[in-house]
Amino acid sequence: MTGPGEVVPNLALLIAAIILQACSTLPLLFRRSALSQKISASLMVLASMIGTTGAVRSLTDPAAHSLLLDWSLPFGPAEIGIDPLSALFLLPIFIITGCSALYGVGYWPAQKHPHTVTRLTFFLGLLAASLTTVVMARNAILFLIAWEMMALGSFFSLTTDDKHEEVRDAGILYLITTHLGTLVLFALFSLLSINGSFLFPAAASLSALHPLANAIFITALIGFGVKAGMMPLHVWLPSAHASAPSHISAIMSGVVLKMGIYGMVRVFSFFAQVPLWWGATILVLGMISGVVGVAFALGQHDLKRLLAYHSIENIGIILMGMGVALIGQATGSQAMMLLGMAGCLLHVLNHALFKALLFLGAGSVIHAVGTREIDLMGGVGRRLPLTASLFLAGSVAICGLPPLNGFVSEIMVYLGCFRGVAFSNGSAVGLTALAVPALALVGGLAVACFVKVYGTVFLGIPRTEEHSGGHEAPGNMLVPMGVLAGFCAVIGLAPWLVAPLLAGAVAGWHPSLANSTAALTSLVPFNWISLLSTSLTLCILVGTWVIVRRTSGNEHSTAPTWGCGYLRPTPRMQYTATSFAEMLVKYFRDLLRPQEYSPEITGIFPAPTRYSSHITEVVLEGLYLPFLEYLYRKTAPFRRLQHGRLHLYILYILVTLVVLLVVTVNS
Amino acid sequence: MTLLADQLLVLSLLINFVVLGTSRIAFAVRAVAVQGILLGVLPALVHPFSWHLVGIVCGILLAKGIIIPWMIMGAIKKAEIKRELEPFIGYTSTLVLGAVFTSLAFMFAAKLPLAPEHSGLIFVPASIATLLCGFLVLMSRRKAISQVIGYLVMENGIFIFGLLLANAMPVMVEAGALLDLLVGVFVMGIVINNINREFSSLDTSRLNTLREE
Repeated sequence: MTGPGEVVPNLALLIAAIILQACSTLPLLFRRSALSQKISASLMVLASMIGTTGAVRSLTDPAAHSLLLDWSLPFGPAEIGIDPLSALFLLPIFIITGCSALYGVGYWPAQKHPHTVTRLTFFLGLLAASLTTVVMARNAILFLIAWEMMALGSFFSLTTDDKHEEVRDAGILYLITTHLGTLVLFALFSLLSINGSFLFPAAASLSALHPLANAIFITALIGFGVKAGMMPLHVWLPSAHASAPSHISAIMSGVVLKMGIYGMVRVFSFFAQVPLWWGATILVLGMISGVVGVAFALGQHDLKRLLAYHSIENIGIILMGMGVALIGQATGSQAMMLLGMAGCLLHVLNHALFKALLFLGAGSVIHAVGTREIDLMGGVGRRLPLTASLFLAGSVAICGLPPLNGFVSEIMVYLGCFRGVAFSNGSAVGLTALAVPALALVGGLAVACFVKVYGTVFLGIPRTEEHSGGHEAPGNMLVPMGVLAGFCAVIGLAPWLVAPLLAGAVAGWHPSLANSTAALTSLVPFNWISLLSTSLTLCILVGTWVIVRRTSGNEHSTAPTWGCGYLRPTPRMQYTATSFAEMLVKYFRDLLRPQEYSPEITGIFPAPTRYSSHITEVVLEGLYLPFLEYLYRKTAPFRRLQHGRLHLYILYILVTLVVLLVVTVNS
Repeated sequence: MTLLADQLLVLSLLINFVVLGTSRIAFAVRAVAVQGILLGVLPALVHPFSWHLVGIVCGILLAKGIIIPWMIMGAIKKAEIKRELEPFIGYTSTLVLGAVFTSLAFMFAAKLPLAPEHSGLIFVPASIATLLCGFLVLMSRRKAISQVIGYLVMENGIFIFGLLLANAMPVMVEAGALLDLLVGVFVMGIVINNINREFSSLDTSRLNTLREE
C-alpha cells in the first residue's frame, strides 16, 4: 500500500476520468445545441476509455492505493483509493456510462428535446461521476456524499419526462425508498465507526465476534439491499426502470443496482470470519429474488418493466453467488469462497453488459414503434434487423446460455453450490443443494420469458396499424449496443481472459484468496467452456451460411399463415405475449395474483367485448401500502399537531423555550 | 457610560410594551424604528471609538431605524390596513404576558453563569425579554404585517445579546445579522403579497387551508 498523498498512475487515470465525467455536464449549460451534446458525449466516452484502462491496470495490480484529499470535511479527512475490488465495479460503470452517453445522442437529440436535453445530460454526467466516486471512496462521509449525489442524479435523470404522472410517481417512490435506504446506511456507518474513525477498516480486520457484527450485517443488508433491488425491498425498481429514458434505465439497471452489491461486498470484506447464518440469509434472499423476479417478469406486458423484473432476477443470482461465498467463508472452504465470489463478481459485470444491451435495444424498439406494450408490437425484426440481432444476443446472454457470458458466471455459481453439497456438512449442504434447482428454475423461466419477448416483438407481423412504422436505429445508437454485445461475446468465448481479473478482485474481498488465478482455472473448466462456446458459435455461423446460400436463389412469396380454413385472419390473431406466458403465470398464480377481466360470452352472435389481464406489484400493493395506510390511521392523533396554524407553531416554540428557561432557573 | 447604556436598554424594554399594547400598526412600526435607533447607538456607548465602530453604528441606524421601517410603511400603505382588529390574544393579556416574560427573563439571567464583567449589566435580561416579546407578537397577531414587526423585535433581542459577545464585533457577524434580517423581511414581504393575492386579506390564519390532508 502506498502512503497517502503519493499518486500512482492508476489512481491518476481514474481521477482524470472522474474529472472528465464531471466536465461532461458543462457544454450544454453554455450553449444548447447539437454540437454541445456531442462534445459532452465525447467527454463521457473519453472518460470511459481512460477509466477502463485505469480499472484494468488496477485489477492486475494486487496492491491497494489511496490518496488523502486536501479537503477538510467534518468527521476526518476524505480519502479516495483503488483496489482490485473497486476496480472490478469500475469496469461496468465506465463501459455502461460511456455507451449510454453515446446512445443518448441518437436517442434524445437536442433538436427534438430542446427543453430536457440540458437537464438529462447534466444529471447523466453527475450520475457517472458520483458512481465512480462511490466505488473509490474510502471513508464513510465521502461515501455517503457520493451516494446521495448518485441517488439525486438518478432521480433527476429518471424523471426527465416529468409531464407524465406515472413518471412523477415512479420518481417519488424511488426518492422515498432510496432515502430510507440511506437512513439505514447512516446507522451502518455509525456502527462501523464506533471506534471514532470514519475511514473504512482494512479487509478482514474485524472479527465476527465483534459485538456489533450482527447489527452491521443487518443494516448493510437492508441499506444496500434497497439499492440493489433485492426482494422484498425492490418495490421502487420496476416503475423507475420503466419510466426512465432507456439509456438511463440501462445505467440504473446495469450500474446503480450494482452499487448495492458493491456496498455489501465491501462491508462483508471487513470481516475475517463470518457466522453461517449470514451466508444462508443471503443465499435464501437470492433464491427468492431470482425465482420471484423472473416469475413477475413472465407476467409483464410492458417491455421495460419486464426487463426491470429481470434485473431483480439477476440480482438474485448475484446474491446467490455471494451467499455461497459467505457460506464457504463460514465453513472454511476456500473453493466455495473463490467460486461463489468470482461468480458473483463476474455476474455483476455480465449483467451490466447484457442488461444495458437489452435496455438500449428496447429503447430503439420503443423509439421506432412508439409504444412499450409488447402485445401491440410484432414484426419489428424485419424493420430493425440489426437491433433485432443485437437484442437476440442480449437475450441469449441473460438466459445464461452458451456461447455468451451469462453462462460463464452462472456455471461458477453452480460449481460453488456443488462444492457446498459435496464437501460441506450440516445445514450448508441442504441450502446449497436447494440453491441448484432454484438456479436452474430461474434459468429455465428466463428462457421462456425471452422466447416470449423475442417472438412477440421481433417475429411475426405488426399487430396494429399505428405501431407498424419505424426504421433501423442510427449508427450512434447501434455502435454502443455493438460494443456491449462484443464484450458479451468475448467473455463468453474466451473466459480465461477474465480469470486473472476476477482472481484479483476476489483477493480484494478476502486477502486469503490472493494469487488464486491458478486455483480458479483449476476449479472452473475455462478451456471446455471456451471450446464449447467456440464450436457452438461455429455451428451457428455455418448453419446460417448454409441456409442463406440455399434460400438466396429461391423465389420468395409471402402469404398469410394457414388459419385452419378461417376466411378472415387478422394480425391480431397471432399468439400474444400474454397467451404465451399464460400457463406459467397460472403456475405462479398464488404469488403473482393476476387480475383478469374476461366477460362471459353468451349467445350465438355475441357483441364485441374485451379481455384484459394485469399483474400488479404485489409486494408494494399487498404489503407496504396497506402497512402505511395502517400507520397513517394509527398516527391520526399526532397529525392534529400539524394543523397549518402558524401562530400555534410559534406557540410550540415559545412554550419549549419558556419551559427550558424555567427548568434551567429551577435546577 | 454603562449607566447611559442601561437607561437606553430600559427604554427599549418599555418600547416592547408599546408594541405589545398598541392596535395601530403604523404606531408599532414607528416604535420599532425608535428601538432600532436606540440599539444602534448602544455599540458606540459600550465599545471604544474606532472607524469600524462608526461604520457599524451608521449601518445599523440606517437599516433598523430608516430603511426597514420605511419598507414596512410602504407595505402597510399598499395593503390598506391600519389596525390589528382581532388578535388571537387580547391586548391586555399580551401586556400581562409580556410583563411576566420580562420578569422571567430577569430571573433567568440572574442564574446564568456569565463572565464577571457582564453580570452587573442588564444586557442579558433585556435581550431575553425582547426576544420573548417578539415571540409573543409573532404568536398573538393575525395580520402578516404584525408578524413582521414581531420578527423585527425578536431580531433586536438577538442583536442586544450580540453586543456582549465580542468586544468589537467583526464586520462579518454584523453583516450576517443584517442579511438575516433583510432575508426575513423579504420572505415576509413575499408571504404578505401572496396571502393578499390568494385570500384578498392579510390574515395568516387562513394559511391553514394550505395544509396537507
